[in-house]
Amino acid sequence: MSNALKTFTNGILKENPTFVLVLGMCPTLATTTSAINGMSMGLATLFVLVCSNVVISLLKNLIPDKVRIPAFIVVIATFVTLVQLLMQAYLPAIYDVLGLFIPLIVVNCIVLGRAEAFAAKNSVGLSALDGLGMGLGFTLALTILGALRELFGTGAIFGLPVYNDHFAALIFVLAPGAFIALAYLLAIVNKLQKK
Amino acid sequence: MVYFLIFISAIFVNNIVLSQFLGICPFLGVSKKIDTAMGMSAAVIFVLTLATVVTYLLQMLLVAWGLEFLQTILFILIIAALVQMIEIILKKISPALYQALGVFLPLITTNCCILGVAILVANGTEKLPMGAEHGMLTGTLFAFATALGFGLALILFAGIREQLALMKVPKAMQGTPIALLTAGLLAMAFMGFSGVV
Repeated sequence: MSNALKTFTNGILKENPTFVLVLGMCPTLATTTSAINGMSMGLATLFVLVCSNVVISLLKNLIPDKVRIPAFIVVIATFVTLVQLLMQAYLPAIYDVLGLFIPLIVVNCIVLGRAEAFAAKNSVGLSALDGLGMGLGFTLALTILGALRELFGTGAIFGLPVYNDHFAALIFVLAPGAFIALAYLLAIVNKLQKK
Repeated sequence: MVYFLIFISAIFVNNIVLSQFLGICPFLGVSKKIDTAMGMSAAVIFVLTLATVVTYLLQMLLVAWGLEFLQTILFILIIAALVQMIEIILKKISPALYQALGVFLPLITTNCCILGVAILVANGTEKLPMGAEHGMLTGTLFAFATALGFGLALILFAGIREQLALMKVPKAMQGTPIALLTAGLLAMAFMGFSGVV
């Protein structure tokens, strides 16, 4: 039981994919223009992570070693297509905002990385928990980054105004702001970890 | 004239890394030295142009058979296969080029900029300057120009990082944070091009 708990919290704190492993930077920087966008991207990735981890763990003894990467990619791509179609049908507004980055979940290093490093070698239950933990860690990171960028860039969080947007720095919602905000977030995480 | 504008647009105004956020992983990972940056850029130029042409043709088939939902799966498999093939062919035809590019080719298979640009061009949604029609030729030029833009950003960044390695950086900022901050400043500089095309 404690093994399961450790696996789950691993992805959120100790090996947080964004802050510690520094993986999956493309969607992190591109989709965090607001807290909601960041959260949606995180949740979509979480769905793919859990599903693909489970399926790959189920099939791990059937996939020959030589073709394992292409096989993993096919599994992951299938679930990404699923998420794409579901979002297009039921959440068209979010689908338009996230745009190109939903199909790009396929090449998100986190998903393939966890499949290779964990799901291919562990039981279904643990793999599912690992996917859940990593996905939650990723979602948390994206939401925090999105919230920060939204707060500094538009004076609102989750759409609720916090201060007069006269004083907001628009650059945070634009491309350079993503780099700068993430840079400082990572620096803060580094500082906290050293302690 | 419009072809020239495609180049300006894709390299400077809508730079793939600094304003479209595709290709960040190799951008941060392979930019510590100018030599590796040049090798990676060459590999990306090669693969991106070829992959875009192949996936564009594939998309025409998919649309004809009503199988657009298979786009993501088939594109990534085609790109992976293409990179393998390029590696094998390069090894045979030009061992010198293979030596130069060799180690980067597998790295860019799961590179989001290859798949990203392929999807954009195949769906006809890439950002082209006004007056440019979406099609195979403009798409291919766009891909080639985009890869050049990637190379430009990468080499610029590597140059800065080489200098940065000699500077005194606060402990918490060392490594990725300062690199990201530098990228942010570079992105700010490139924002100066917006509205040019």
